[in-house]
This record gives sequence, structure tokens and C-alpha cells, in this order.
Amino acid sequence: MSEITKQSLTELVESIKNKKLSSSEVTKAFIERSEKSKVLNAFITEDFTSALDKAKKFDQKPNLDLKLPGIPMAVKDLFCTKNVKTTAGSKILNNFVPTYESTVTENIWSEGAILLGKLNCDEFAMGSSNETSFFGNVQNPIDKNLVPGGSSGGSASAVAGQLTPITIGTDTGGSIRQPASFTGTVGLKPTYGSCSRYGIVAFASSLDQAGPMAQNVKDCALLQEVISSFDAKDSTSIDFKRSHYSKDLTNNIKGKKIGIPKEYRVDGMPKEIEDLWQKGIEYVRDCGAEIINISLPHTSYALPTYYIVAPAEASSNLARYDGVKYGYRANGENLIDMYEKTRSEGFGAEVQRRIMIGTYVLSSGYYDAYYLKAQKVRRLIKNDFDEAYKKVDAILTPSTPSSAFKIGEKTNDPVSMYLNDIFTVPVNLAGLPGISIPAGHDAKGYPLGLQIIGKAFDEQNILNIAFAMEEKINFKNKITDWWIK
Amino acid sequence: MSKKSGEYLINRRDNQYEVVIGLEVHAQVLSESKLFSTSATKFGAEPNTQVSLVDAAFPGMLPVINEFCVKQAIKTGMGLNAKINKRSVFDRKNYFYADLPQGYQISQFKDPIVGEGKVIIDLPDGHKEVGIERLHLEQDAGKSIHDLDPQNTFVDLNRSGVALMEIVSKPDLRSPDEVSIYIKKLRSIMRYLGTCDGNMQEGSLRADVNVSVRKKGSKEFGTRCEIKNVNSIKFMQMAIEYEANRQVDLIEEGKTIDQETRLFDTKKNETRSMRSKEDAHDYRYFPDPDLLPLEVSNEFVNKLKSEIPELPDDKKKRFINEFKLSAYEATILVSDIEIAKYFEEVVAKMGKNKDMKLAVNWITGELFAVLNSKNLEITKSPVSAKNLAILVNLIKNGTISGKIAKTVFELMLKNDEDPQKIVEEKGLKQQSDPKALEELIDKIINNNREKAIEYKQGKEKLFGFFVGQAMKASGGKANPQLINEILKKKL
Repeated sequence: MSEITKQSLTELVESIKNKKLSSSEVTKAFIERSEKSKVLNAFITEDFTSALDKAKKFDQKPNLDLKLPGIPMAVKDLFCTKNVKTTAGSKILNNFVPTYESTVTENIWSEGAILLGKLNCDEFAMGSSNETSFFGNVQNPIDKNLVPGGSSGGSASAVAGQLTPITIGTDTGGSIRQPASFTGTVGLKPTYGSCSRYGIVAFASSLDQAGPMAQNVKDCALLQEVISSFDAKDSTSIDFKRSHYSKDLTNNIKGKKIGIPKEYRVDGMPKEIEDLWQKGIEYVRDCGAEIINISLPHTSYALPTYYIVAPAEASSNLARYDGVKYGYRANGENLIDMYEKTRSEGFGAEVQRRIMIGTYVLSSGYYDAYYLKAQKVRRLIKNDFDEAYKKVDAILTPSTPSSAFKIGEKTNDPVSMYLNDIFTVPVNLAGLPGISIPAGHDAKGYPLGLQIIGKAFDEQNILNIAFAMEEKINFKNKITDWWIK
Repeated sequence: MSKKSGEYLINRRDNQYEVVIGLEVHAQVLSESKLFSTSATKFGAEPNTQVSLVDAAFPGMLPVINEFCVKQAIKTGMGLNAKINKRSVFDRKNYFYADLPQGYQISQFKDPIVGEGKVIIDLPDGHKEVGIERLHLEQDAGKSIHDLDPQNTFVDLNRSGVALMEIVSKPDLRSPDEVSIYIKKLRSIMRYLGTCDGNMQEGSLRADVNVSVRKKGSKEFGTRCEIKNVNSIKFMQMAIEYEANRQVDLIEEGKTIDQETRLFDTKKNETRSMRSKEDAHDYRYFPDPDLLPLEVSNEFVNKLKSEIPELPDDKKKRFINEFKLSAYEATILVSDIEIAKYFEEVVAKMGKNKDMKLAVNWITGELFAVLNSKNLEITKSPVSAKNLAILVNLIKNGTISGKIAKTVFELMLKNDEDPQKIVEEKGLKQQSDPKALEELIDKIINNNREKAIEYKQGKEKLFGFFVGQAMKASGGKANPQLINEILKKKL
């Protein structure tokens, strides 16, 4: 049984299609392992009983033409799931049960997958370590003292720990790629407009994007194929021709031009990151791709720009959590008192900090200096990429400036926490696709990731490059199952 | 207060003050569904029965623009002779209130869908151009109900998300009467276009009223106060009158006017301070990242232009030219699209040999009197345009007298009966046979010989007596003109 959870998604789909395994067997295996893995705190809500029922039902009348036939999977608790509690990692939604389903999860279930439960995350996806969750921090399967990254920390931990064969996260400034990098897994942030935002608890609307997280590139491609769709219910969804990401996946990247941006060599970057990047460059060269040095001159402005735009949108997006309609409500003397108590008791410190920042930068008198300026810089950052893509097909960078840090290490230093997203944030600001793949280990044996950034709607290309590199890198995650007694 | 040649001025000691008024009219877009959701917009539905997950701002819900509402706004802009902006942007106006589920209202701030335009209003001594600053689309909020429970406020979200057009005028209005005429004109234009039903009782048309005063002749504007959310023309006029006088009193006392938002208390007939400029909300407007900028093509706009019907100003010109109506008559008949429709149907049904003046008099006289007394819209008129046309023709061709026509009209009110039929059945046809009338008059003169002599001796007043006798004898059916002629001859 334990062998089942070691299988990749592609292998599991194969096994179910060949009737070597039933959906019930697979589902049971992941549930049993999850039961033994509670210490990781990857789940906020388990939906195991219902998952087993659905698996049984699937086995009675299996539809093997589906892309995810009877495959169990857990999803980040930012996706609204019909009749299953959805908290966004916050006390303020602790009792919230949606009557509706997000488009992305709907796409997944309609391809035959089965919901295992909802995965832990930073509160409203605001965080880089999963430590801002109201439901407690998540442990990294790599080492019990390590954060799994964030905000999709529960998702990364669950994939790396084999509690779910695949999962989906959301990425506003690196929330898929950074935890993927910290846990030795693969995570893709698609082009803005590729996956519908309908039914995803909003953090920063112009940056949020759902994406797949998996153990390998092929699984990631298959899941991206399932979740990406045009959706009229999301006005920012884009109707472009989506390729068959898994079927069209190829390791032939001969002649592809890969850009290396000099501005990503930041001060104080550890040597092992620099070495990893160099190794990555060798790998793509080995695959027949051409390396071209490029410049993205406004890179250093990306982080400050992000920390204006994202909190501004968040401060407005989170106004609806006011205790009036749903979610947590504190008693108050009057309406204003109720608002103040509800929101100060319902939101955690990091969320409150960002609401304050966002409210400030949108205030009259400050709007032009902060928000408007940030929007202009955002345009310049996008222009940098547009310029670069006249010369190259994709860009290779490290995913993060360091490997996973220790739990509690940065909780009192928000700026150092924010610096974690330095390589991922520009991609969100420009609305581009980016993928993080595990590429090696640091001296302590912790995984390190490389990021491949693509042109808009060119997911296939970066998946192909990642696929080719994956073969060369032959990464093995060092997970000892220390948490299972 | 003096009203010299229509000028509205407030007098204090030796000073005369002019009142400057600008309006922000909130007109509900006539549409089946809301601005960003598919919920219904029917008025008077049970509370919270027309609310979608989007309207109630559930997590992860996203707005999707209703194309029909966009068309309605553009058409209205065309009716206001305004510039249509091919690119406009929806912004979030952020504030907390229990009936605002999102915690922000989606509105248009910097880039509205409609730019500058103008509306012509008819005044007793001519007409005037009122400038339009802009028109933008926005969501309505829900309704807080405070009087159902001593402890709690209830919220009805049926209105939440309903599309509104905010039409902002320039500060071009100078009196409560001008405001009334302006609002009625706006309402009329939108009803012609079918973009707003203009129903003020149901809240489809409300206004924020900006009032300031200045000494007559001054070029600079005074400090203005905004009176929020006034929902009837009468209240707007009362509020302006109170507010203008309040401001004048302050100036006369040597005090300054604070720029502030005020409320109109309809029971006490006074405005009261709601919040000062310092306490004004900081709405933190920014472009809504859930919505892309709204872009409309030339084809889209041109197609809408081709759908614009004849509007009141053009119709009025045509009525004057084609039907030879006076400006006054035409103004009344075009003031509401349904009245204009009724009138034009009467005209069509009257056929070739028509008496336009008579038709206008009957519509604006008898018919309006009945509609007023029964408090009916013309669409619910008890007398159809077709039958009114027949009645007017019966008078015109001498079949019945104007007096008999009034009797016939009374009878028509019951079942909208054909007046021709009524005239025949009741035998009300006018007696116009000169021979028969001569016999009748001979008889009367014979019976009243003494009076006939008196008349001949100069008592001319008695002529009326003989007319009355003749009419009475004919049961009111005698052609009065003939009676006059015969009597003059015989007496």
C-alpha cells in the first residue's frame, strides 16, 4: 500500500486505467498516509469519508476516458468548494461553507478527481512561510524545523510528503513557486488570465493566479491542462488557444534561446544559489539551448512595487469580511464597534499589516505617490520582459534567494520575509508564466529550485524546458518520513 | 424674495442674492438584470429574493459587466447630446456600511462612459441650456431597515448591484423652478429612450443637490453644500429654498459657510449637517482589478445611434411645423413620451379632414382633467386615442355640438365606447335641418310674443332667452349657429 503514494500522478492514472489499481485503493492509501502525517499540519479540513464514498462510486462505474480518473487530491483552502468548509487560513472564515464551487476545482472534479480535503496556507495567502495561518504553521517534510514556504505551504508539504499525488495552489507573488522550491517539488504559476479566478478567495486580483503543484513536470503539465480554461464568469479570463500541455510535452529544446538576467545576481546571494544557477545554465546548454545574457533593468523595483499594489488591492478585497453576511462576527455596541472588533479579532497580524499598508497607499494625498507610481513602475517591469522576449524564448533564474528557513526565523522581520519573493514577484507583476523545478540541494541537503519564466500564454514552452532540465538534473528529494512513527 | 421677470433672487436689506444649483441625478437603468450580475431588478419583490452570490459579495465572486446596461448608458448620453467615451474605467469607491456587501461600490471615477453634454429646458420666458458634466455607471447599494426592530438593523440586498446612471450637471441652475423643469426634462428624455422609467416613488430617480449663493452680479461661486439623496421634485425645491436662505442668513450675519454634506428633513422642512468636509469619507478610489477597462467600438456606438428614437426637442419642432401647434401646446404634448404617442395616434386616426386645435384642446382639456381626477397615467386612459379621434371628427363635421360632445365623452368613460354609436343610440345627433328649426323657432316666438316685442324695442339681452328656449325645446341638439342665424332673421 505504501508504494501507491510513491507513484506519480501519471503512474496512478495509468494504473487506474489499466485496472491495476482501483480509485478506492488509491484513495485509501493517501488517506492512511495522511492520517499518520497529522503532525505536518498540512490539512485544515479533511474530507476523507466523503472521498472514500466518491472513490467507491467511481469504481462501480469507472469512466476511464477522463484525465484524472478517480484520482484523489487535496487542494489549497483558498478554493471555494461546495459544501466543504473554506477558510483561506483565517479565523474570519473559520465557519464558512460555500454553496458554490470554484471554476478551477470544478474543472478538476469534472475530469474525475476526488477531493481529499483542504490544505493549510498563509492567511488569505499573505505570507511566505505558512506561519500566518490561523490553523497553525505547517512542517516541511524535508526537516521538522523548516517552513514549507508559503503561502501554498500546506499544498507543498502535502505533495512532498505524498499526502496527495498532486495539488493546486495560488500564486500572487511566488506562493506556488517558492514553496515548491522549499520542498523539492514542481510548481507552475500560469499566465494571468489562464486559470479562472472565479471562486478563489481573492488576495490581490490583478496578480492572483491558480496553478498546479506536483512531484514532476509531466504531472504538472497534465494538471495545468485540466485547470486552464476560459471562463466568462471571470472578466480577466482570457480566451486563447490552450495546448494539450501533457500530450505536447517534449524534452527537445534544441535551439531555444534562454535568457540569463544579470539583475538577478543580487547582493548577498548565497554562493550555493549562484552555483545552482550556473549548473542550470550548463544543463540547458547540454540540451542544445542557447544561453543569452539579458538585462531586466527595473528588477530592483519589483518588490517595493509589489508591496504597494498587492496590499492596496487586498485592503479593498478584504473589506467584505465585516461580520455582516457570513464568517466570524464579534458583538459590538453598534455597527462601527462590531466592525472593529470583528476585524481585529478575525484577522491575524500580517493581514492587518497589509490592510493598513493598502489603505495608506490608496489614501487621498498618497495615491499618486504610491499606488499610481507603482502602476507606472509595473508597466516598466512588463516592458523589460517584452524587450527581453524579442531576443529570448524563456528566462532562467533561481526560484528563491535561499533554501527553506527555520520556523520562527523570520516571523518578527517582515521585510526579510518579503525578500524571499524577490525572484518570483516580477513574474506576477508582468502577468507571465513561471515554473519552479527542484534543481539541487544546499550543503544541509535542503532542496533548491530554479525558475523558468516564459512569454505570456507560452506555458508549453517553459514546461518543455523544465521537462528537459528535469531529465538532466535527475533530482532526488531527501525525505526520510521522519514524522511517521 | 422677488421674481422679477422670472429671476429668482433672495433679498436681505439692500442685498440681492442669486442661487447657484448643480444636480447629481441618480437614475436607475431600465434593465432586467443588475450591472454586474444576473439577478432580477423588479421593484417591490420580497426582501433578499433578488440577490446573487455576487451581489452579496461572497468570497471569490467576481463582477461581469452587463452589456445591456452599457448600451442604456450610451443611449442616455446620446439623449444628452454628450460625448461618448470609447474607453471608460470602473473604479472601486471604498467605504464600510452594512448594506454595502463588498465594502466598496463599483463606480466610474476618472474615466466615465459619457462626457460633456447639454440639455435644453423650456422656461416661461424662453429656453435655457443646462450643461452636463458627465454621466457614469455605478452600482446601487442595498437598503438598511432600521424601524423593524428596536435593537437590530435589517438589510435588504435586492437593490444591491442594480445599475445606476449618475448624471452630473454643471452649476447652471438658478432657481427651484428651473430644477423642477430640468429634472422633468431629464426624465422625459430617458423615458423616450427607454433607459430609465423615471419613477420617483420607486426611487428610480433621486438626486444630490449642490446649493450655493452669491451676491447678484458676482462672478465667483460661493461655498456649496450638498444635500444628499432627495427623492422628489417637491422636496428638492423645498430643500433648495431652505438651504439658500440659510446660507444667505449666515452671510448676512457675517459668518462663513462650511462646505459640508447635509440631509433634508422632509417633516421639519429643513436641511441638517450630516458631515463636514473634514469628516468627508476618503473613498480610496482605484481601478477595479476585477474588471478590464470598458472599450466600445465605433460600430457599437453607431448601431446604438441608429436606434435612438425622435426625442422631445425634435418632436416639439415637428409638432410646431407639421401640425401648426403653438410652442406652448407642443411643449405639453411632447413632455412625456406616452402623451406624445397618444396625441400622434389621435392625429393619425382623425384622417384627412382634421381639426388639430380641437384635438389638442380635447386632450389637454377634458382628457387631462379626467386623468388628473382619477390619478391615471395616459397609458391607462379610459378613452382610447381612436375613439377620441372619432369624437373630435364628430364635432368638426357638425354631427354634434361641443356641448353634446361633453355628454358623449362622459358616456365614453365607462367602456371606451365608440362615440358614433353613442350618438346614434341616444339620438344625440345635432339638428341642422333649417326648416325644422324654423318651425321650432316660430313656435317659440308665438308663445312669447310679449318678449319678442320687448326685444325689438331694444331689450337685446332677451336674445339669450330665445336661444335658451330653442335649445331646450330641441333637447340640446339644435345646431347653435343655425339657431342664432334664424332667430336674428325672425325677431
